[in-house]
Amino acid sequence: MYNEKVLQAFAHPKNVGVIENPDGEGVVGNPTCGDIMKITLRINNDIITDAKFQTFGCTAAIATSSTATEMIKGKTLEEALKITNAQVVEELEGLPPQKLHCSVLAEEAIKKAIEDYYSKKA
Amino acid sequence: MKVYLDHCSTTPCDNVVVDKMIPYFTQEFGNADSLHGFGRETAKAVAEARSTIAQLLNCQPNEVYFTASGTEADNWALKGSALSRKDTRKKVVISAIEHHAILNSAEWLEHNGFEVARCPVTSNGIVDLDALEKIVDDNTSVVSVMYVNNEVGTIQPVQSIAEIAHKHGALFHTDCVQAVPYLKVDVKELGADMVSISGHKFYGPKGVGALFIRNGVRIDKLVHGGGQERSRRGGTTNTPAVVGMAEALKLNASEMEENNKHIKLLRDTFRDRVLNEIPYVHFNGDMEQCVPSVANFSFEYVEGEGILMMMDLKGIAVSSGSACSSGSLDPSHVLLAMGVPIELAHGSIRFSFGKHNTMEEVEYAVQSLKQILATLREMSPLFKLREGEIHNV
Repeated sequence: MYNEKVLQAFAHPKNVGVIENPDGEGVVGNPTCGDIMKITLRINNDIITDAKFQTFGCTAAIATSSTATEMIKGKTLEEALKITNAQVVEELEGLPPQKLHCSVLAEEAIKKAIEDYYSKKA
Repeated sequence: MKVYLDHCSTTPCDNVVVDKMIPYFTQEFGNADSLHGFGRETAKAVAEARSTIAQLLNCQPNEVYFTASGTEADNWALKGSALSRKDTRKKVVISAIEHHAILNSAEWLEHNGFEVARCPVTSNGIVDLDALEKIVDDNTSVVSVMYVNNEVGTIQPVQSIAEIAHKHGALFHTDCVQAVPYLKVDVKELGADMVSISGHKFYGPKGVGALFIRNGVRIDKLVHGGGQERSRRGGTTNTPAVVGMAEALKLNASEMEENNKHIKLLRDTFRDRVLNEIPYVHFNGDMEQCVPSVANFSFEYVEGEGILMMMDLKGIAVSSGSACSSGSLDPSHVLLAMGVPIELAHGSIRFSFGKHNTMEEVEYAVQSLKQILATLREMSPLFKLREGEIHNV
């Protein structure tokens, strides 16, 4: 049911971990739903220079976490905020329909981490 | 290395079984209902298969009805008996941990005006007999409780359940699909009016099952058609499949003691090593009152489907009770009925061993599981929380 690209992203996830003293941090989901994602960001001059994630979740949740963090690295905050879960899914060449909700987690976590950065700055 | 640890899902068909089936595809292909010689030859094979199965279940051949699956047998038993007695009895009693074949059949009956009561189970996954006593009444048409649970492998006290049902004039059906490979299924000893079995769970072919219906028990038919199965279940008899199922059941009975010993050694070794060598793990089920093949665990801080897919990448096949692997939003109804917290139900994995597994495979599975859990926990924000590295999740 998962395509090869999703399985590869799942088997060899990139950006696993936590950035110490991050500039932005976002946590979404809850354990009773079976999904939690935490993203930490390093931000310099409004550019995301590093992103790391930790995810409690299924294959799709881990694959999208890895892909989404790859996609935002090097992007400006404005660009990163525009990334949608549909784009993450496209990058993975599709997810099974019942797994699409897992990809929303990554988009939400990124938005929350950037909001955290702005609120800290303010 | 490819390791199959999912024997509750299905088993490989034995070669001797396949050999026995082959001629009925190509040479002995007649319709068992035809009057001519081609048909008579096939009819003989079907009769022989029926009689073999009857003997092993300790019933009469005319009490064995072939179906296309265990699921069909379950559907027929529950709906057929509820429908046949609907004028006098409107209630159906099942356990909370039945297979979906019973669970969803009961739900269908509920939508169609029947009352359905679901009996709770203990935290070990065994039907609560005191609760059942209170639920079954004179309005109950049928009580259906599985002999062995398919997720945690617990053995249900079916004899006592049969007594409770019969005391109130209710029929008793038991789904023995998971029991057949490991336990003697003697319909008289069980006190059952109906028993379901499924070929592919005991090294037989897929797409065939049987329902034992005790003589004198009236149940409505569901599959309308020709006069097959004593006019109670239409459809041309699947000769190769019923011949194969009978052969598999015979083989299963002759090998059972030896197989059980072998499988139990593997399962116990695996279970003990997992419990001793992996932290934050919970065993789901009953250590004693269970079949020798199953070990179901919940692993804290990780999601079951992730474990399943990582095991798959290492060539190991297992099952998970997580919502993600079932395609629904809720995790295993069996674990939830046992009172397993929802986050632990999401992190559950069922390992089910079979006669072809080896100790070397057990070793590989333990090592793989340890690595996988370390990787996934490293990735889990919840685990880091436990380790005290993060404070603000």
